[in-house]
Amino acid sequence: MTATHAFPYLTVLVLLPAGGSAAVAIVGSMPGIRRAVVEWLGICVSLATLGLAIAVAALFSTTTGGFQFEVFDNWAGSVGVHWQLGIDGISLFLVLLAGVLFPIVLAGARTRSDARSYVAWMLLLECACMGTFVSIDLILFFFFFELSLIPSYFIISGWGYARRAYAAIKFFVYTFLGSAFLLVGILVLAFIHEHQTGVLTFSLPALVHTHLSSVADIGLFLAFTAAFAVKAPLFPFHTWSPDAYGEAPTGGSMLLAAVLAKFGTYGILQFDLRLFPQASVDLAPLMLTLAVIGILYGAVVACAQRDLKRLVAYSSVAQMGFVALGIFAFSAQGLTGSVLLMLNHGLITAALFLLIGWIYERRQTWQVSELRGLQAPAPVLAAVFTVVMLASIGLPGLNGFVSEFLVLSGTFVTHRWWAVVATAGVVLAAMYLLWAYQQVFHGKVDLANSRTRDLSWAERVVIAPLIILIVFLGVYPKPVLDRITPSVTSLVAQVDAATHTHQPPVALHGTKGVDARTHRGGSR
Amino acid sequence: MTGSLGPHLPGLLVLVAHVQRAGAIVTPHIRYLAIIPEIVMLGGAVLLLVAASLVRRPLRISVATGATLAISAASVGVSLWQWFDVMGHGPFTAVDHAVVVDGFSVLVNVLVSCAMFITTLVADGYARREGLDGAELHVLAMVSATGAMIMGSANDLIVIFLGLEILSIALYVLAAFNHRRAASGEAALKYFLLGSFSSAVFVYGIALVYGATGSSNLGQIAEFLSKHVLVSNGLLLAGMTLLIVGFAFKVAAVPFHMWTPDVYQGSPSPVTGFMAAVAKAGAFAAFLRVFVSSLGLVRADWQPIIYGLAVVTLLLGAGLAVVQRDVKRMLAYSSINHAGFVLLGLQAATARGVSAALYYLFAYTFMVIGSFAVVTVIGRKGDAAHDIASYRGLARRQPLLALAFVVLLLAQAGAPFTTGLWAKLQVVLAAVDHSVPLALIAMVSAAIAAFFYLRVAVLMYTPAPTADTVPGSQPPAESAVALFGSSTRRGGALDRTRTMAETQPEPVDDVRAPQVAPSRPVWTGTQRQAAALGPLNASLLLDDDPVTLALFGGTVAGAGRTLEGGALALESGVPVDGAGERMLVGDGTGGGDAAGGMPIVVRAVGAAGTVRVPVLTAVAIGICVGITVVLGCWPGPLISFAHHATLLFVP
Repeated sequence: MTATHAFPYLTVLVLLPAGGSAAVAIVGSMPGIRRAVVEWLGICVSLATLGLAIAVAALFSTTTGGFQFEVFDNWAGSVGVHWQLGIDGISLFLVLLAGVLFPIVLAGARTRSDARSYVAWMLLLECACMGTFVSIDLILFFFFFELSLIPSYFIISGWGYARRAYAAIKFFVYTFLGSAFLLVGILVLAFIHEHQTGVLTFSLPALVHTHLSSVADIGLFLAFTAAFAVKAPLFPFHTWSPDAYGEAPTGGSMLLAAVLAKFGTYGILQFDLRLFPQASVDLAPLMLTLAVIGILYGAVVACAQRDLKRLVAYSSVAQMGFVALGIFAFSAQGLTGSVLLMLNHGLITAALFLLIGWIYERRQTWQVSELRGLQAPAPVLAAVFTVVMLASIGLPGLNGFVSEFLVLSGTFVTHRWWAVVATAGVVLAAMYLLWAYQQVFHGKVDLANSRTRDLSWAERVVIAPLIILIVFLGVYPKPVLDRITPSVTSLVAQVDAATHTHQPPVALHGTKGVDARTHRGGSR
Repeated sequence: MTGSLGPHLPGLLVLVAHVQRAGAIVTPHIRYLAIIPEIVMLGGAVLLLVAASLVRRPLRISVATGATLAISAASVGVSLWQWFDVMGHGPFTAVDHAVVVDGFSVLVNVLVSCAMFITTLVADGYARREGLDGAELHVLAMVSATGAMIMGSANDLIVIFLGLEILSIALYVLAAFNHRRAASGEAALKYFLLGSFSSAVFVYGIALVYGATGSSNLGQIAEFLSKHVLVSNGLLLAGMTLLIVGFAFKVAAVPFHMWTPDVYQGSPSPVTGFMAAVAKAGAFAAFLRVFVSSLGLVRADWQPIIYGLAVVTLLLGAGLAVVQRDVKRMLAYSSINHAGFVLLGLQAATARGVSAALYYLFAYTFMVIGSFAVVTVIGRKGDAAHDIASYRGLARRQPLLALAFVVLLLAQAGAPFTTGLWAKLQVVLAAVDHSVPLALIAMVSAAIAAFFYLRVAVLMYTPAPTADTVPGSQPPAESAVALFGSSTRRGGALDRTRTMAETQPEPVDDVRAPQVAPSRPVWTGTQRQAAALGPLNASLLLDDDPVTLALFGGTVAGAGRTLEGGALALESGVPVDGAGERMLVGDGTGGGDAAGGMPIVVRAVGAAGTVRVPVLTAVAIGICVGITVVLGCWPGPLISFAHHATLLFVP
């Protein structure tokens, strides 16, 4: 079932950035080291990590839906915790996303002060991201999940904007509180499993077979989801995110929205659905409703923003709502769309935050009212922004469309009315993004804006990979879908088997309207 | 001699013969190897004391430190030897079943010896800085450590009480050790009064349990309870309750925690760290042993009490820590929160709970001693700069020290890849056994606790305020009180300065910045804006005549000197303390109109902010951080070590 490799790819993938972080901290503290050295060291380490992630993707088998590249080592065996790593079609592209974004952040969103600490924290954050996506031991997953808080906290509070201290504390306490429920949930689940089998383990593949009473099932689902919903963030646990995204430095915002937010939805997919399939199905209407509220709320609030960064922050809340919508639709299409949307949203949001950060560098403001007619002095910036914005709206031919379409059509066949309402979010997204674009780039340029510098060659090189990926995934998403589909299919099969729902091939006569309460699942 | 004893001699001989015949007093066979760590520690302390009293002058600090380090290391060594003995030959009781040697007791011995070793490293720098010659500090600490070790290996309530008293009485003295600080004496008196009261309660508890079960031996109590069903168990219940009160006082569980913040704040900082680690370890060791092993069969009676204690301890400890401004008080409340976590392990009353609690104590010892080592260093000479403001901008001045403190604080908060999270994980795993709500409460309290650890952490990484971060940089027209006021205010204000200075037993003027000349102004504004800056570490300089003030929360605790050309208006409310990262510098031209407020220049002074970290203290901090992180990333050894911390008697 699972391919094994002699070389421990995943362990190295996780430890390489951590080692790089330590190296940067040590090298950077030596006297006479210039900041460029530290920055290049960081970029090299993150590029090496990306190379490793690409190698994993190249060796990834498309014929199996299970975990590949598994690593299993005794770590703290006497309490049942193992260094157990594995990667499947769901986590593969999140690993790649993180691998792509970190070099871009380190190269494109540099800081003015204390490069050493910034780069070191960034690399530690990369370690946490990689670890979170490849851990299949629940405690190990929790460790990396929590570890991500520390570097992101220090990045926000150290290099953020005016209200950074408030935003950082709010971010930390919110997510830490959510994690408290997650930890207790994990321990209770392991305890129940130990009670049934006599083995104390936190391994995901083993814990899947735990028999849960319906009360325990629902309770544990809620405990796990509390942490994931805060992290994602899903409505109504999102209130920390506009502050954190808004006050963080550009690189911090990019990673928070593009990668760290995915921890939440990834957790729901990989852990909630596998461990508590019955509760996931039972509570799907609740989660779908929250997702739809999040989509509409995020979009409406984004419409009211006069600050570019907060606008993107709220649009991110809406997009994560789409991800949740696709997950709890329980159709293979919807789930595939969700996984793809996680990747696409990561690319698009990172590009948006990066561009907005560059605008801020030039104009020292995010206020839409103070920006005008940037198209004239900065045509390349405008062109790049156009592509990214259109991808975010979901224009066919760019990546956002593919995933949004899959999510909405996947939801429509199983939960029609939620899909119908959610579609309004797409319209609203077009409204606020086009409005912002129009205000910022069109119009008659005034004196203050006319001096705006266009993108430098270095900046063009940095943003180019994102633009290429946005276009490529919009035109030819097949390589990605090929790798996602087996895992999603096996996940859907697992949920079906556990919930004893007989699945008609929904996609075939989905348009006839399938009652959501009796038929759940997807096409094979 | 013969004359005086003569008439009684036959009688005495008859008595001895009678006693021997009847066998009423049988001295038990003492297996010295069973109590070798205690012997090493206590014997070493006595030898050091004798040596110190034989030399003419106070023993040099380096000698006392060296001897104490050697003794502690030897104690660690023999404890580890005991460990292999127990692993090889199994646990046993000795000295007429009054002492037990099992995995649990050995682990406590290792823990206490390690704590003693690290504390000695920290205390060395402290003693030099404060000019505390002699070996008394070390001797008392070793005696106290012996008490904790006795509590860990006692198998008899009376022996536990002996250990408790040996531990406590030495600690009372240690709390008062810095006799130049009034706070130290106050702390000691408070600790002594409340501590002796709790000891009395504890003894009464022993008496009642003895009355109920007919023995004070833990094994025999367990045996009695296993063979008898108590029809009326009021006596036992009362005795258990009093024992819980006595232990709860020592481990600082709410509502018996009242002494903790004051005593932790007042005691010399290295002693506080020692107290937090060793007293808690010893008391918890006995607490666990008595309740899990000896009263384990009646756990249904005491578990609800511990449950309640744990809930209030967790929540109040974390909640009250949030509002503290003094870092030592904050750590005191945080130690209360930690005690709540250890109570989770006790409340579970299982082998897993016991080993989890012991792991927690192990991890906590290094985190707390390390934290107080940093606090000791930051406290500067006089051990007074403990306001949270003293930590502002520490990362800029001393990045390694700040990083170490951040790691220790995050570990206490339960950050991943530190022993802190492994400890929390294990006690919570023990607690979910039958109480999921308690586990949830514990983790929520950890989230609250994370808030105040982070507050210190973020302050260390926040540079001192500069003009552009201060709201309202426009000079206000109607500044009511000028820092350097008009001539009409001059006299009164100065008088007040003097009065305040006189009421202080020991002026803290040596915390003044060592040099003030080469400085660059980093902030200029008026007094009102200075007040908006929040707590400033500052010295006031006027006409090159430096005056150091320490204002803590509005009261003056500093010395004033005669000023030329200006006066101080102390009601100005500018929080100033002596830790001295920033200098508040008046322009010195004197006068100034009361309405407008005198301009103030805040200057950063070169070396003023940095504190000296003695080498041994740095080693101690390094050991603590290293153990916390290395054993957090590579948790196997310590966890399996703690898993062998089994009690000899488990019902």
